[in-house]
Amino acid sequence: MAFTFAAFCYMLAPLLTAALIFFAIWHVIAFDELKTDYKNPIDQCNTLNPLVLPECLIHAFFCVMFLCAAEWLILGLNMPLLAYPIWRYMSRPVMSGPGLYDPTAIMNADILAYCQKEGWCKLAFYLLAFFFTTSTA
Amino acid sequence: MSQPGIPASGGALTGLQAQNGAASASGSSYTNGPIQNALLSAQGYNSQLPGSYSHLIPAKTLNPVSGQSNYGGSQTVSPLSNYQGPGQTLHRPPVASNPVTPSLHSGPVPRMPQHASQNPAATPMPSGSFHPGANVPPPLNWQYNYPSTGSQTNHYPRVSTGPTMSGNTNLTSHQYVSSGDPSHQNNFIKSGSAPPLNPPLPTAFQPGVPLGPPPTGGPPPVRALSPQKSSQRDVPQPSFNSPINQEGITSSTNNGSMVVHNSYDEIEGGGFLATPQLTNKNPTVSRSVGYSYPSLPPGYQNTQPPSTTGMPPSSLSYPSGPQAFTQNSLGANHLTASMSGLSLHPDGLRVINLLHERNMLPSTPLQPPVPNLHEDIQRLNCNPELFRCTLTSIPQTQALLNKAKLPLGLLLHPFKDLMQLPVVTSSTIVRCRSCRTYINPFVSFLDQRRWKCNLCYQVNDVPEEFMYNPLTRVYGEPHRRPEVQNATIEFMAPSEYMLRPPQPPVYLFVFDVSHNAIETGYLNSVCQSLLDNLDLLPGNTRTKIGFITFDSTIHFYSLQEGLSQPQMLIVSDIEDIFIPMPENLLVNLNESKELVQDLLKTLPQMFAKTLETQSALGPALQSAFKLMSPTGGRMSVFQTQLPTLGVGALKPREEPNQRSSAKEIHLTPSTDFYKKLALDCSGQQVAVDLFLLSGQYSDLASLGCISRYSAGSVYYYPSYHHQHNPVQVQKLQKELHRYLTRKIGFEAVMRIRCTKGLSIHTFHGNFFVRSTDLLSLPNVNPDAGYAVQMSVEESLTDTQLVSFQSALLYTSSKGERRIRVHTLCLPVVSTLNEVFLGADVQAISGLLANMAVDRSVTASLSDARDALVNAVIDSLSAYRSSVLSNHQPGLMVPFSLRLFPLFVLALLKQKSFQTGTNARLDERIFAMCQVKNQPLVYLMLTTHPNLYRVDNLSDEGALNINDRTIPQPPILQLSMEKLSRDGAFLMDAGSTDLPELDTPESARTIAFISWLREQRPFFPILYIIRDENPMKAVFLQNMVEDRTESAFSYYEFLLHIQQQVNK
Repeated sequence: MAFTFAAFCYMLAPLLTAALIFFAIWHVIAFDELKTDYKNPIDQCNTLNPLVLPECLIHAFFCVMFLCAAEWLILGLNMPLLAYPIWRYMSRPVMSGPGLYDPTAIMNADILAYCQKEGWCKLAFYLLAFFFTTSTA
Repeated sequence: MSQPGIPASGGALTGLQAQNGAASASGSSYTNGPIQNALLSAQGYNSQLPGSYSHLIPAKTLNPVSGQSNYGGSQTVSPLSNYQGPGQTLHRPPVASNPVTPSLHSGPVPRMPQHASQNPAATPMPSGSFHPGANVPPPLNWQYNYPSTGSQTNHYPRVSTGPTMSGNTNLTSHQYVSSGDPSHQNNFIKSGSAPPLNPPLPTAFQPGVPLGPPPTGGPPPVRALSPQKSSQRDVPQPSFNSPINQEGITSSTNNGSMVVHNSYDEIEGGGFLATPQLTNKNPTVSRSVGYSYPSLPPGYQNTQPPSTTGMPPSSLSYPSGPQAFTQNSLGANHLTASMSGLSLHPDGLRVINLLHERNMLPSTPLQPPVPNLHEDIQRLNCNPELFRCTLTSIPQTQALLNKAKLPLGLLLHPFKDLMQLPVVTSSTIVRCRSCRTYINPFVSFLDQRRWKCNLCYQVNDVPEEFMYNPLTRVYGEPHRRPEVQNATIEFMAPSEYMLRPPQPPVYLFVFDVSHNAIETGYLNSVCQSLLDNLDLLPGNTRTKIGFITFDSTIHFYSLQEGLSQPQMLIVSDIEDIFIPMPENLLVNLNESKELVQDLLKTLPQMFAKTLETQSALGPALQSAFKLMSPTGGRMSVFQTQLPTLGVGALKPREEPNQRSSAKEIHLTPSTDFYKKLALDCSGQQVAVDLFLLSGQYSDLASLGCISRYSAGSVYYYPSYHHQHNPVQVQKLQKELHRYLTRKIGFEAVMRIRCTKGLSIHTFHGNFFVRSTDLLSLPNVNPDAGYAVQMSVEESLTDTQLVSFQSALLYTSSKGERRIRVHTLCLPVVSTLNEVFLGADVQAISGLLANMAVDRSVTASLSDARDALVNAVIDSLSAYRSSVLSNHQPGLMVPFSLRLFPLFVLALLKQKSFQTGTNARLDERIFAMCQVKNQPLVYLMLTTHPNLYRVDNLSDEGALNINDRTIPQPPILQLSMEKLSRDGAFLMDAGSTDLPELDTPESARTIAFISWLREQRPFFPILYIIRDENPMKAVFLQNMVEDRTESAFSYYEFLLHIQQQVNK
């Protein structure tokens, strides 16, 4: 494969995905800490909330890249998973700052379990994406 | 205030932790709790060597880091200069200089022009020196020269103490009284009477009242100790009088090296009546019924109770057989007990066809079901008014719980005013090593030296001090200590339970003085109430008080001692709020009492002519928060309109035409400003109580967050006006009296622990949830209730009993750190039938109401209503399909749930969840706040009011309380058919009484009504409704069994459910 834009995308993508993987790991750890009482929910939300938008933007950037490179398969895989955080962000509680997590609601067992599950799913997806892009590249 | 009992050995404080784990772990330096002051030098706080803390460090804490920080970028607190140690209470703590603007405002103080010149046209200000909106405002210190009311008049109205004696009037008919004598243990002045508004209910908690010894020759002794127990319990009773009590304490205090004191002192009664008259009146009373831990009469000391199982009390050797198997024998007994329990209550086994049996409502107040436990355990169990569970038989697995379709949860009223509360002062508080559970009546003693935790099953050692029982003054009887004999107990917490010295009581009042507020005339009655109750505010010599008023600007009042009159300081820069003066805005109440009284007298007139209509509530709250954050305390905010200026400004969202549609109403806050500020407040131990007196829509959904997350409470007086609405004025006055004088706990945390296998799902109430089982409560008040949803995480198959323990750590208004512990023990069952038999229908309805409020906020009101109806349908169909063998026609329900459909129907018709056009949005949201924050009893009353016929009251079955005869008329069903034209009826609907009177009132009626009123912390309005009165609609609204334009009648509802169940 000649060094096309698509090839460039495939080289950049693993790096970005690696970053996303770190985000996801951070997410999982953070909620685990909440569950085991090591952290205060206010602190935890303050550290998690600023990361929500960057994560979303990196993912969006990556989709745009593949869109430009006309890599439809990988774009198709990523689109629904980009739509999910956007939907999540639209239905977030009333907040003045950026972010998703409300310290007063986060300790609810249902929400906590949901967020934890979400973190694992994200991690799994990013890992798959990582291996997919590296193997393709 | 230092406690004699705590060995002051001096030492490093770095290992100290709050008991309930203000988790500062793994590098996180967050502390939501009181801030630890490592440099503190006051005596009494450096008590133990670091090495001895291993067992005191919270289980869930990684390392006991003592660092701290405040979240949210709030200002840094410098506690070092703010607190002084206990024992120095006579000196006013110096207020920390506010780091924000200390230098700006230290200049000379310009004199305020004559107050009268504050005319509508211009707020008086020196020309040029004042630029609203300027970034750095010039020092604006204004002094008011008050109109003639001058500061020379120092008189303050004597508060009459006579009427409030009513708290003690119930002594004759109830087991408890608080003993009126100050405890010798502590130097605090104890007020002797219970709060007058809360006389004990007939089912009052009865610790230590012997229910009679177990029958000899009955079942084998459960703990092998129960006979001893009962005999021991019998013995002290005759000597229950104060003098002996005190001697007993002193003697046990001085008992050699044993540093254990036990005293039953009465609860410190929130500043009620610390007056000499009372103490004079009380002795006779306390002598007769006062319950305390006395020393035994000499003859009984060291006397071995007859049934001791061959073990000398002082023996250190391991005891013989029976004790070692406590848990097992408990279980066996429990089983037999459950059998006998079932046979004893044939009613409980009945299956009822609700369509055939109409009169299900008992004519006496509904009693909570008694858990199916052995009587020896049940006798020790927590009073259901304080702590109850929706299912008194806990299902073994989550699968079984899911099958029953009933919610599992706890309803707590942890800080309820108690007439009797054992208080233990001890240098060591015995707790489980691994889960930190407090020792309680349901632990098992493996032998004399070891006990097994009933929550995590860890085997713990009994500490040396605990071996000695100060009650009997016998060594080697740990199982007879008060901690093991009372499910509700209060510990005096030693210094390990403090992160900083106990804070002084701090009260800040924030008044809306905009034109709208002045129009309502509330300021007059609030200031008058405050003046009247100033001496009754719970507190001690350290009590601090402050005032802020606001319209479009914020006014502070300097009350420095020595000033001839209060000095007003106006801050108009509401964009960047600052405190104009570092100190003297919160002043010691005792030292500046005259100034405070002056201010309260002049305040109503000061703004009488104001034309300022704007309201800058957000900035006022911010400044109040800044003012209080170094200490923490209680902020009482009075607001009369929608905030319109500065941060936190709100827009009207209510559209009256859309009230009827259940979906498009604004139950969620429109801004998170109030929530974030509330969290900041919570972090600094400030609670905000909101008094909303508004005629128009004020967006309580947004405003209420300030109280909800800071553990405050909301009071709402719709359409308050001093002339047009006299009932509201009276209600405000009465409720303010209660509010100002009730007990208060500061910088509190509450942790709820439960047996391994159960876990907490959700909390309901006003607080901030700090971790999975810890609630942060900057203030705790006796009128707040909490609900907790539980889930069964692991199977409970190998246990027969589960326990729940709530531990509330708080600082009393006298500056003591105390821990109030309630423990509830319940049996585990394995069949669906037993789960249904043990269902507590009131608790279930209460928990469902809480869940429904959450649902209406997160989803929609109609969703919540559907969920309520489905809760009935699901559980009854589960009962029908899994328990009933023969499917008869009709609606078959277990006896325990016979009122379930009725209560759910009542919930559907309650203000929170009703449909129809007559509920204003704020009123609905207030009702929802009440659902969340009220204890279960009041919630049930507002949901399903009690209806009495009062024109033919008789003395039959009447209560006799202190020479007053309180008739007890039967409770009628809420249906029009029970009413008649020639009768008078009283509807007790919790916060509003709605009587219908056609005949002249009799003395009996009055006695009955005032008795009802005394029983609750809020003041019910009495409406007299004749046939043609417009209030009739409200009255009829509460007739929940009848059909209304938009809701089913009870019978229709039953048919609907039957249809769904039998599908």
